[in-house]
Amino acid sequence: MGGSGSVLPRAELSEYQELTFLSKQEILLAYKRFSELLPKEERRDARTARVPKGRILTLPELRANPFQHRICRVFSTSDSGDDSMSFEDFLDMLSVFSDSATSDVKSHYAFRIFDFDDDGTLDRKDLEKLVNCLTGQGEESRLSNAEMEQLIQNILEESDIDKDGTINLSEFQHVVSRSPDFVSSFKIVL
Amino acid sequence: MSGLGAVAEPSGWRLGNRSSEVFLPEEPRAAAPAGFLQELPSYQSALRRRAAGGGTQERRAAPQGSAGLRAAEAGGPEQEGGELPARPAREYPLTIAEKRRLRDCQQADIKHLSGWKQWKRTSSKSLKKVLSEVKELSSYLKLWRHDIHSIEGKFGTGIQSYFSFLRFLVLLNFIIFIVMFSFVTLPSIISKYGIFNSSFAKIPPKNIEPHCTVYKPNGNKGLVYFYTYLKDLLSGTGFLEVTSLFYGYYTIDAAWFSVLRYNLPLAYLLATFAYLALSLLWIIIRSVEGFKQNLVHDEDQFQSYCNKVFAGWDFCITDPNAAQLKHRSLQYELQTDLEEERLKRKIADRTMKEKLRIYSLRIFINIIVIAVLSGCFYSIYRATVFSQENSSDVGNTNFQANLLVQYLPSIVITLANFIAPQIFSILIGFEDYSPAFEIRLTLMRCVFVRLANIGVLLFSLWSHISYCATDKCKACGYNYELYPCWESEVGQEMYKLMIFDFIIILGVTLFVDFPRKLLVTHCSCKPIQWCGLQEFGISDNVLEIIYGQTICWIGTFFSPLLPAIATVKYFIIFYIKKISLIHTRKPAAKPIRASSSNFFFLVVLLIGLVLAFIPLGISIAHIPSSKACGPFRSFNTSWAVVPDTINGLPTGLQQVLYGIASEAFAVPFFMVICLVMFYFVALAGAHKRVVEQLREQLVLESRDKLFLIRKITEAQSHP
Repeated sequence: MGGSGSVLPRAELSEYQELTFLSKQEILLAYKRFSELLPKEERRDARTARVPKGRILTLPELRANPFQHRICRVFSTSDSGDDSMSFEDFLDMLSVFSDSATSDVKSHYAFRIFDFDDDGTLDRKDLEKLVNCLTGQGEESRLSNAEMEQLIQNILEESDIDKDGTINLSEFQHVVSRSPDFVSSFKIVL
Repeated sequence: MSGLGAVAEPSGWRLGNRSSEVFLPEEPRAAAPAGFLQELPSYQSALRRRAAGGGTQERRAAPQGSAGLRAAEAGGPEQEGGELPARPAREYPLTIAEKRRLRDCQQADIKHLSGWKQWKRTSSKSLKKVLSEVKELSSYLKLWRHDIHSIEGKFGTGIQSYFSFLRFLVLLNFIIFIVMFSFVTLPSIISKYGIFNSSFAKIPPKNIEPHCTVYKPNGNKGLVYFYTYLKDLLSGTGFLEVTSLFYGYYTIDAAWFSVLRYNLPLAYLLATFAYLALSLLWIIIRSVEGFKQNLVHDEDQFQSYCNKVFAGWDFCITDPNAAQLKHRSLQYELQTDLEEERLKRKIADRTMKEKLRIYSLRIFINIIVIAVLSGCFYSIYRATVFSQENSSDVGNTNFQANLLVQYLPSIVITLANFIAPQIFSILIGFEDYSPAFEIRLTLMRCVFVRLANIGVLLFSLWSHISYCATDKCKACGYNYELYPCWESEVGQEMYKLMIFDFIIILGVTLFVDFPRKLLVTHCSCKPIQWCGLQEFGISDNVLEIIYGQTICWIGTFFSPLLPAIATVKYFIIFYIKKISLIHTRKPAAKPIRASSSNFFFLVVLLIGLVLAFIPLGISIAHIPSSKACGPFRSFNTSWAVVPDTINGLPTGLQQVLYGIASEAFAVPFFMVICLVMFYFVALAGAHKRVVEQLREQLVLESRDKLFLIRKITEAQSHP
């Protein structure tokens, strides 16, 4: 597993196993990958160090993801607002995206990730940004205004139960629980 | 009262009490003023709970809206006594530090419980730990875990579902092989070679004309040309015919292991039923797993916009090129769906004259489709008849011609399976359906062609086998001269189909895909570049392997070792397809969703299985079993061994079994089942109505709330 300081003590390992949905092997692999993101001097304290956002985004699992910035924002517990992630944040992220996470937890975090303005509801602007993330950055890959309107109208029709023009967490969780693709697509495995 | 913020007057609202109307704001409403929402009772209770369970290092930007508060509410620990089973800490959407605190709280709570409850909690916890360890270990045993993971990362979950399906078939065939081997082949081999003090009994059948029992398979005839072995290997005749591969080997009526009597005919039949039932059960369990979220509404869940937008992005894509492709395919999919919706509205506006024209065109095209199908079936029938007549011509020593004649039905079937889908995809263009329906209809037609071709082959074989002109023949019940052991013949046909299928897949990859790739990469002339690489058509590939699997299901009764061949075949096909995908294919521009494709694969597989029941049922119950070979010599049909065995059981059990099969039981049972079904349908209808009512109520509540907020705002701004 590498140098002398880069091994997780057993107590910590079993505690992480208890607090996340990850298996022992997955936690060890996550620890290894996290240490690799740190510069050499900091690897001994990998558990307390924070990795800046730029380094996190070099991970292959995140670099092709259009939601990479939102993921870092949602899972980071950094007080300074620079979206840096500690090892525990990293584990949290992998736990939510793992195979064994419950649909409840996944949909909760999916809601947070899609809520671009962090106001607790998905309104039209959030949905517009979401669709633009899906279709790609670039002028020719965006939907036209009319199409966007039609699409957002359809989405709200399907999911907005109380017809207030926004989707709140319960409505989101309800519509996602009926979505057959959600659990299989909302998954990152190292 | 903090600042109320800018509340855009929702002027376009009509406030009435008729719940049937849907009120949508006519202008986009600004977010409701945060001030009032903070005083709502629901918010206050959430705050209280959060303060009890939360602490430092909270996630940033605690959302102000009521939604986020409900989320925080879920994070609070259970306060009302330790009676309610608290969820394990990891199921709460909190940071690890918060979960740690929560867990410590829960453990502190446990200390206040009685001893019994404490023990219950700790034991359930350790049980869960053990289960997760077992699950982790078993995930290592999964075949091709790493390969499928890398395919998923590069190509997305749609194509990955195909490879998972392939893995499922490998396992299914392996289990079927284990079942047939351990209950049929192993006892036969053990008793034939006399291992473990065993022996077998070969009772000559009574009341049968002697001419029916003559069967002389030409096994090893001594010195023959080398290519005879090759021919025998490819067509299942000669030395292969007398091995345990085919039905004719199991000419044993009972096997004796010391003093235990092993009823081989019964075991053979029951093993057949067992593997069919096992396949059915496994497929149904898998399809239910993927379909767990059941429908309360009538909407088409797979095509819903929410599904496409919220679950649209495959988070497991690691390759930037694949991501680019996914972006494009998502864009394409969304645009197509929106266009389709606009088209639907246009269709609804069609005039009567237009409708008449379209329907008559569709009827005409369906007639053409039926004509194409009949053409395929007839050519297969003729090819089978020709092949059967000419391959029993022993004087034909030309190796290649003989092999060609043997394989003629397989070749014709493969050609039909290739040409018919092309014709269908051209024809569907004229029928003016919506794109999604077009795809589905073409797919259904292709499925039907592939599966019906096998049926026609079997039907033509049977008509040949049961064709009886002379009285002597009628005494046996089947054409004893040409087919003394007709089950082996059918087994040989299935074996040939399977081998040929495998050769075709291998051949197409080697001789079509790779040269095409070489051409496209090295030759830059226009027509070749325009042709380009072929896409990895998931549906075509899936239909191919389902066709192979149906052959295996039908053929296992006649050739018990066929599942082993199928296992090896699919194992090799996995690697062939993987290499072909990575090197010679470009991914499909039109996306195919993982969930709907999983469901589609399993439905078509189920159709194949059900279609396999029919020929097997007819062979077992209707056509007289051959009297010259096989375990069912002393019975009229293969099924007859079951009533025979029942007659040998003790009288009490016999009466029970006869009672179950009689009308006095079946009719009341059927009526009870109908009543139960009716009850569930009524229940589902009632639930649907309740859900609709609750929805309307929610809409009204939300509007009431905002109305009240507006009124209060007005009242406050005009004191």
